Amino acid sequence: MSDNYRRFLRTAQLPHVWCPGCGDGMIVKALLEAIGELNLDQNKIAVVSGIGCSGRTPFILDFNTMHTTHGRALAFATGIKLANPELRVFAIMGDGDASAIGGNHFIHACRRNLDITALVFNNGIYGLTGGQLAPTTPVGKRSTTSTMGSIEQPFDLVRLALGAGAGFVARTTSFDHKRLTSSIKRAILHKGFSFVDILTSCPTYFGRMNDVAEPYDMVHYLRDTSSPLHDCTCGETDQPKAEVMPTGIFREEERADYEALYKQKIAAACGKRSVS
Amino acid sequence: MSKKRLIQGNEACAHAALYAGCNFYAGYPITPSSEVMEILSYEMPKLGRTFIQMEDEIASISAIIGAAWGGAKTLTATSGPGFSLMQEGLGYASITETPCVIVNCQRWGPSTGQPTKGAQGDVMQSIWGTHGDHAIIVVTASTVRDAFDMTVKSFNFAQQYRVPVVLLMDEVLAHMRENIDWPEPGDIEVIEAKRPADVKTYKPFANDEFLPFGHGARYHITGLAHGAEGFAVSDEAAARELKRMVGKVQDHVRDLALHDRYLLDDAELAIISYGITSRPAQSAVDLLRAQGIRAGLLSLKTLWPFPDFLIDEVAERVDTIVVPELNMGQLVREIGRAAGGRSQVIPVSRIDGHLLTPAQIADAAVAPFATSAGKVVRS
Repeated sequence: MSDNYRRFLRTAQLPHVWCPGCGDGMIVKALLEAIGELNLDQNKIAVVSGIGCSGRTPFILDFNTMHTTHGRALAFATGIKLANPELRVFAIMGDGDASAIGGNHFIHACRRNLDITALVFNNGIYGLTGGQLAPTTPVGKRSTTSTMGSIEQPFDLVRLALGAGAGFVARTTSFDHKRLTSSIKRAILHKGFSFVDILTSCPTYFGRMNDVAEPYDMVHYLRDTSSPLHDCTCGETDQPKAEVMPTGIFREEERADYEALYKQKIAAACGKRSVS
Repeated sequence: MSKKRLIQGNEACAHAALYAGCNFYAGYPITPSSEVMEILSYEMPKLGRTFIQMEDEIASISAIIGAAWGGAKTLTATSGPGFSLMQEGLGYASITETPCVIVNCQRWGPSTGQPTKGAQGDVMQSIWGTHGDHAIIVVTASTVRDAFDMTVKSFNFAQQYRVPVVLLMDEVLAHMRENIDWPEPGDIEVIEAKRPADVKTYKPFANDEFLPFGHGARYHITGLAHGAEGFAVSDEAAARELKRMVGKVQDHVRDLALHDRYLLDDAELAIISYGITSRPAQSAVDLLRAQGIRAGLLSLKTLWPFPDFLIDEVAERVDTIVVPELNMGQLVREIGRAAGGRSQVIPVSRIDGHLLTPAQIADAAVAPFATSAGKVVRS
């Protein structure tokens, strides 16, 4: 590990917008280290985001960057990737971004299997708009729109992605830097759609509303509510307790990606044309 | 000699997109536009171009905007309900100055309405549907050949001005078949976006030059108010940028204002129409001429930026302007404003899902002048 990630930062755009104690910066550092360690071509990387705290990531990254509309990062990313398959495309989303307003795009991206890496900065709350209930807020947790505790069953994004057919599915936390970096690296190396659900901390809203306002306490909260299951397949025998989020690699299965299949279709269509 | 082909409006649109070099289509099925998508799903792979069916219309317009920044010439086609969903993406395309084309085969609305009935109810939505002041170009077509030409021109405008262009068709034109002269390559000019001379110093919002991702310049795109380099700005700088973007189309209205004239030179009464309604409007001119009324037609192909100067010329010369529309009166308001009281402006509306007939337009034109004896009196 080195500090070679700094060359990927637009230092003129710093400081970033994130609050003290926010986990997003740690995720960005891991992402840039993964990119650096894999020696990816800086000119051939496109980072697309939606709206929210996570959406501000591309501003500070010295790649081809696009801050899009709320929930649509994957739809924009689909267009970029298909128009220029040379680009390595990352979609950075928040949990509300990816699974509420963008839920439809998320499941279809999993199913469609373009070679895109999707990272969800999952802090269980809407941060940028001031701490409202998210589809990932755990039952009983408070937010500015669930002040007496959420009564909704939250989304488990890993299960959602597995069910929707994603080829690479992982979950980790922003405090576990080593696993985070290695998960992102494996996601990048996976040919096809890859998804990493990154549990992260929002002391400002989630923390203050739920008695874990100190960044230090939030890290402990993440530790206590997650449990590493190394490369688990999450079979019936290793079901974690309901309140604990398992982390690890849940699926890593390559199947022909959309671009490869579309190329076959082009070849077949061109063959048909030459006959006629 | 050019070939003749008996084709549908939607077929003309799809083939014209290929003619214009469209190499990326993303869409979602919806009546009455689906043939555009079906044809392109079949034709694009044969040309090595990309077609993708998305999960909804928001995804479709988002994908074509992404693809434009990926370096493609992009199209999506839809109809009313889908067009409503696309308003979010239209705003993003406008503020990010993304060249892209959106075809809207209008159907009777609101909501699901009458999916297989034509209408012209989306004129104001095309212009003002997305929130905030913004730059957009809206054009129409009235014949199948026109659908071909205007599709190509929509791509040209999008590339030249770096704006989203909405082509308004309607259910009737979409499904109507006509025998058209099939354009050969070179018959219709195809314009590409200007590329920057020096990629190293490229700023994505400094001017109309367009350099997609991955060509040597790394830059930022955002839907936030932004300056030349793509990073967020506010206050006076945001106001300046908005004025520049809107000015891009408003300041070129004379270059953008495509239109046809029919017997307008000596006219004392003008019909101003657009889209499918220009067909019965032209026949109405003939009917009125047969009655001894010197009628003429101004058929607008570009609806936005609104060509005030064309209305101005007409209003200077005629006493009466008749505006037939398949809605309850949308463009007639702009025409009335531009006419500025110099001519009497008469709206003619039909909203039962059928076309206006030439007689309905002609009758409406002379009705205000009919005496009790039924004789038309002209001043």
